[in-house]
Amino acid sequence: MNRLLPILTVVAAIVVLWYGAAVWLNGPWVQDQAARAGVTVSGMDFVGQTMTQDRPVLPAPHQVIKGLYDGVAGQAITSKKSLIYHGWITLSGTLLGFVIGTGLGILLAVGIVHNKAMDLSVMPWAIASQMIPIIAIAPMLAVVMNSLGASGIVTKAIISAYLSFFPVVVGMVKGLRSPDAMQLDLLRTYSAGEATTLGKLRLPSSMPYLFASLKVGIAASLVGAIVGELNQPAGLGARLLSGSYYGQTVQIWAALFAAATMAALLVVGIGRIETVTLRRMGMAR
Amino acid sequence: MKDTLQQNLPVIEARALGLTFQTGDGPVDALKDVNLTVEKGDFVSFIGPSGCGKTTLLRAIAALEHPTSGTLTVNGMTPDEARRKRAYGYVFQAAGLYPWRTIAGNIKLPLEIMGFARDEQEARVKNVLQLVDLEGFGKKYPWQLSGGMQQRASIARALAFDADILLMDEPFGALDEIVRDRLNEETLKLWARTNKTIVFVTHSIPEAVYLSTKIVVMSPRPGRITDVIDSPLPRERPLEIRDSRAFIEIAHRVREGLRAGHSYED
Repeated sequence: MNRLLPILTVVAAIVVLWYGAAVWLNGPWVQDQAARAGVTVSGMDFVGQTMTQDRPVLPAPHQVIKGLYDGVAGQAITSKKSLIYHGWITLSGTLLGFVIGTGLGILLAVGIVHNKAMDLSVMPWAIASQMIPIIAIAPMLAVVMNSLGASGIVTKAIISAYLSFFPVVVGMVKGLRSPDAMQLDLLRTYSAGEATTLGKLRLPSSMPYLFASLKVGIAASLVGAIVGELNQPAGLGARLLSGSYYGQTVQIWAALFAAATMAALLVVGIGRIETVTLRRMGMAR
Repeated sequence: MKDTLQQNLPVIEARALGLTFQTGDGPVDALKDVNLTVEKGDFVSFIGPSGCGKTTLLRAIAALEHPTSGTLTVNGMTPDEARRKRAYGYVFQAAGLYPWRTIAGNIKLPLEIMGFARDEQEARVKNVLQLVDLEGFGKKYPWQLSGGMQQRASIARALAFDADILLMDEPFGALDEIVRDRLNEETLKLWARTNKTIVFVTHSIPEAVYLSTKIVVMSPRPGRITDVIDSPLPRERPLEIRDSRAFIEIAHRVREGLRAGHSYED
């Protein structure tokens, strides 16, 4: 209860501000319509009309919630109007990209930690890769992948992987280097090789760092999948874009909230796995 | 024949040993002209203030540092060869147990790396847990044990693969005096039972005198040996021996050796 109260207060404040903004932003259209019809609207009538439009500039919270409800529960999940259908398409691309990105990130980190040349050469490129706006390379990647005959999910997954490998590389390099000199010396007294040191000491020690990176990585993966869907027929990204083409603002906001909810669930899910794993490994904070 | 030959060889022998570190402020002589012979079954302590090279000397014996001049042999081999032949077990200042492994799992770590068979691993874990008085704690995790017990587990880990030499680098330095006294007693018992050669680094005079058959007094700048004292105390030593005349005399000589090396000047 003590933790819930501040959260609810903030939510309530946002809802109040949002309603205010809806009245303010949708008001001109109401007045415009009224002027054309030669009538005047005022008071509650005016406020009511700002919240019931089909294509408001800013849909009111209850309109977004209705849009979400219709999208999730109001459709068969195979329907092209279902948010579950589009959400699953986005999720599958996200997860595939996340797995590829995490794998690549761990491999690069292992290389960086064990090889001086990789240490000096890979990191600057990894950082440079994140300087390029993803929205700029996504269409080019789509063209290339299309001509290679790759399916939509692979294109999306590559963009997701491109965004999610970076936090994993950064976190894992730090994690693999986290054992102190004494722990490394201990393994030297056993004449243990690099591979043994990696397996017995470096990888287990890096787990807290890996999970911190995975939480950032999975959210980045979702962003990548949505961006990848902007030129594809289905998925939450496609839903966002088609909504903006046809002025379906409620649809845009509903898709946006669906994506945000999915991101939150994914991050919480990884957090749960983290808690259980680290507790079992005796590394819980 | 071969066995008797090895019996007579010194376990550790250093001749005119020097080790110079290259630092940003120029070369630093961590060890200079060190001559030392350790016989089989000895309990040797290196004592001196920080910077006297006692830990560096121990690390050189373990091939964790490499001397820049002179010769150093362990079991008649170079330290690197000796390490490959599992000549020593090393106990560090901190227990350094892996939190994700049980006590038994931690003791198995060297056995896994050295490729012991699984049932052999189990038998050895059982055996060394008994040696350090930790029977029944194999399934516990490190955080469930006190600091003293953790350090005993780390000694068990160093004993697990049956090396003849035990190298201990201030193993009880981080523990309180009551626990330290108890572990000192247990270390002597362990030494008597296993017949190992132990080289022990400490900065505690009573600890060095109580444990050792040979006390090596060292001084800094450059790191060198100022005195080597062969202890007249019997091998069997109750804690009370520390109040005896002989004990106090040796402690006095150690203190004199440290003073002669200007160890008290800073």
